[in-house]
Amino acid sequence: MGKKDRLSGNEAIALAMKAMNLDVVAAFPITPSTEIPQYFSQYVANGETEALFIPVESEHSAMSACIGAQAAGARSSTATSSCGLALMYEMLHVGASLRLPITMACVTRALTGPINIHNDHGDAMGARDTGWIQLYAENAQEAYDNYIMAVRVAEDKQVLTPVMACQDGFITSHAVENIELLSDEEISEFVGLYEPAEYLLNEEEKVAMGPYDAPVYLMEHKRQQAEGMLQALPVIEKIAEEFGKLSGRYYGLIEEYRTEDADRILVVLGSTAGTAKQVVKDLRAKGEKVGLVKIRSYRPFPAAAVAKAIKNAKVVAVMDKAEGMSGIGGPLFGDVCVAMNGLGGPQLIDYMYGLGGRDVRPEHIEAVYRDLAAAQAGKDSEEQLIKEAGAYYRYLALREE
Amino acid sequence: MKQKGIEINDQVSWQKITLAGAVYGGGTAKQFFTGDWRSMKPVMVWDKCKQCLLCAPVCPDSSIPVEAGKRLDFDYDHCKGCGVCVQVCPFDAIAFEKEEK
Repeated sequence: MGKKDRLSGNEAIALAMKAMNLDVVAAFPITPSTEIPQYFSQYVANGETEALFIPVESEHSAMSACIGAQAAGARSSTATSSCGLALMYEMLHVGASLRLPITMACVTRALTGPINIHNDHGDAMGARDTGWIQLYAENAQEAYDNYIMAVRVAEDKQVLTPVMACQDGFITSHAVENIELLSDEEISEFVGLYEPAEYLLNEEEKVAMGPYDAPVYLMEHKRQQAEGMLQALPVIEKIAEEFGKLSGRYYGLIEEYRTEDADRILVVLGSTAGTAKQVVKDLRAKGEKVGLVKIRSYRPFPAAAVAKAIKNAKVVAVMDKAEGMSGIGGPLFGDVCVAMNGLGGPQLIDYMYGLGGRDVRPEHIEAVYRDLAAAQAGKDSEEQLIKEAGAYYRYLALREE
Repeated sequence: MKQKGIEINDQVSWQKITLAGAVYGGGTAKQFFTGDWRSMKPVMVWDKCKQCLLCAPVCPDSSIPVEAGKRLDFDYDHCKGCGVCVQVCPFDAIAFEKEEK
């Protein structure tokens, strides 16, 4: 049985970091992830961990240091947000394509501009195609649990792909919640020691990593990398099962909430799932057939699980907390559409919401379910809160003339 | 080149190619025939060569072998045709010709 405590998501992550047998943490402060390296550097100063903390001069350097350390044979991790993640962009690809199992606590925040320090998924969505696995957390507990599991997923021999454990900036990173912690010994034993098959400081077997890849080789290496991402789906489930036995908390690729027999379903990432569950509970009490699908593993995208969960619904709302500027809706919407490709199934409507920290209240989620009911009845959006940019691409709680 | 018993060439599959292109062991550059890139080719004019050996150390790719104090012919498997040796030779003993392949 774990120890009960009350912590912010950031402090919980830092506590996990302390016990994960990390060798190197390289990070640069940026709101709202700053507290993670701040707490961690205190643990280092207090001698509570033997890890080396590298206070780098930029996030590009933070990721570069993690890549160098991991390639040398050290387990490394970092934390960042928003523009920091954007500055890492180049190196995210390098780490992933080198198949280095680095972990990152990503505390999601709007990406400038206009400049804004609050939560949305603009930063993480910009990194969704960098070759990193992305797990999204509903609350501080999940942020903590996902981050611990991330090491095992990343280092799995079939996967060897870096993992970003994402949580919503301020909403879960700073809000203090009840949380159940594992002991340092339990975390340490669960993650084990980093035992790479090959590493640069191995005197027994010399290896050079990241050589120039000519046109005759790059496609084969990309296919090989894609295999790691594909293999991650069963591995994420397998590690979650093992983690469940240790902690009593079980996780899947997605979480379905009251989707059995639901006509109207919301697909969502992150903290909004908590708010939406309460709304589903209230509407169900009134006899409305509504449900919720929370995506935990966004990369790799669990297309089969998502399709299975929503295929019998009549109308599905996909909640996007990032304006992809694609002109056809947000990134999550695109992924759900791909998951349903060729399967028929429900009408899909994208809702752009909560950008730049715009508050997401139960009444907003309720408005989406009412809007879905109107769509199901073949009517245009009737809801005051829903602004139509198109039949399937709408804005929630937008001021408009 | 051979890596862990697998020949790495334009026939190798994604399942068999080394992970992320890792290269094992030392001195493997010898196995890459970088001479394939060459568009210009240095050619020895032996009767002008005084064996002063100014050319050998300036070669960026060790493509001028030296044995017993004398330079040998070019290692065309690795010479990229940069022409530095041509410029350095005080006796015009290295001609620079268009590569015909």
